[in-house]
Amino acid sequence: MTVPLTLLSLLERQPSHGYDLKRDYDTYFGRGKPLPFGQVYATLARLARDGKVLAADTEPGGGPDRKRYVITGEGVTEVAAWLAEAVPPEPHLQSVFFVKVVLALMSGRSAEHYLDIQRTAHLQRMRELTELKRTGSIVDALLADYGLFHLEADLRWIELTTSRLDALAKELAS
Amino acid sequence: MMLEAREITFSFGQTVALRGATVIVYPGEILAVMGPSGSGKSTLLHCLAGILVPDRGEISFAGQRLDTLDEGARSALRRDRFGFVFQFGQLVPELTAQENVALPLLLGGTSRSAAMGEAAAWFSRLGLDGLERRRSGELSGGEAQRVALARGLVSRPEVLFADEPTGALDSLAGEQVMELLTATARERNATVVLVTHEPRVAAYADREVIVRDGRVTSAVSVAL
Repeated sequence: MTVPLTLLSLLERQPSHGYDLKRDYDTYFGRGKPLPFGQVYATLARLARDGKVLAADTEPGGGPDRKRYVITGEGVTEVAAWLAEAVPPEPHLQSVFFVKVVLALMSGRSAEHYLDIQRTAHLQRMRELTELKRTGSIVDALLADYGLFHLEADLRWIELTTSRLDALAKELAS
Repeated sequence: MMLEAREITFSFGQTVALRGATVIVYPGEILAVMGPSGSGKSTLLHCLAGILVPDRGEISFAGQRLDTLDEGARSALRRDRFGFVFQFGQLVPELTAQENVALPLLLGGTSRSAAMGEAAAWFSRLGLDGLERRRSGELSGGEAQRVALARGLVSRPEVLFADEPTGALDSLAGEQVMELLTATARERNATVVLVTHEPRVAAYADREVIVRDGRVTSAVSVAL
């Protein structure tokens, strides 16, 4: 899970309240899936317990939203290590596309029809992301490009598979 | 509808390129024609644009048969009502960029001063200020393609035909060309037929059709 490390990284910029961290998380990384307040405060409490952040009451009342959080030296070390670490490349060898094509051919159905439908769905999503890129900020464009390149890779696979369906059907039948 | 190909076939000698292709293009839409190389998508574009005449089947433009017109009438139609952008800009190397843009107007009988004035306006519109007097050899790939785009649009065509317009460009220059192409076409309510094998380019269109083995695959609707 990257939420604890993301919040910790956001906190490295300056001491913040939970509300500010949630707002920045939602702005940059939420993309229609805002982080629940409960998760923000539970995560900050765990980070405090593990010595990655310090919590200080800044206003009377003592509730979680009154606390200001500060990253510790240990927290900074963890952020630095995480940001420099490679994410394991995902081979996607368990793709649902692949499973559907093989099962369609095994059962004598038209995999081509499924691939046509999948292509249309992918292109529709690519249109939406292209619109986001055209109308949004550079941050939006960067994220849209990430999605577009991945969808394009899927489409290349769809085209290649479409051209190999006859051979694939023969192999599965033998 | 703006353009329609109905059950068209076309062969280059013994090689069959189209085998009963049917497609409708609606007014003002940007239609992507996709498909693997050799599928017949460029031949379909050339038939829709009246460059090639199908062996069988019909082509209609704005309610009129196009395939039954003689070469002179088709040529006039291409000059007056259609615009073209190809993969390699195909600018005339002896002419300056501005003369290249003015060319369709000059061929249509516009005076040189009016044509050059009209052409000049396109340079700032497409971010080409200062390049008016360059020749094609002195332009980058992206610049040359934007000049070609200006040339394709200068005569205010009703339909713009674009065949792999970003095929020779890197992705950033390609995106810039697509952004300008689609924005200008929409602003002028021009219909666009865009041939491409690249999904990222097709994503700028309103709709796509797929050409495979010389046929247009039927549209599928998707509920998401």
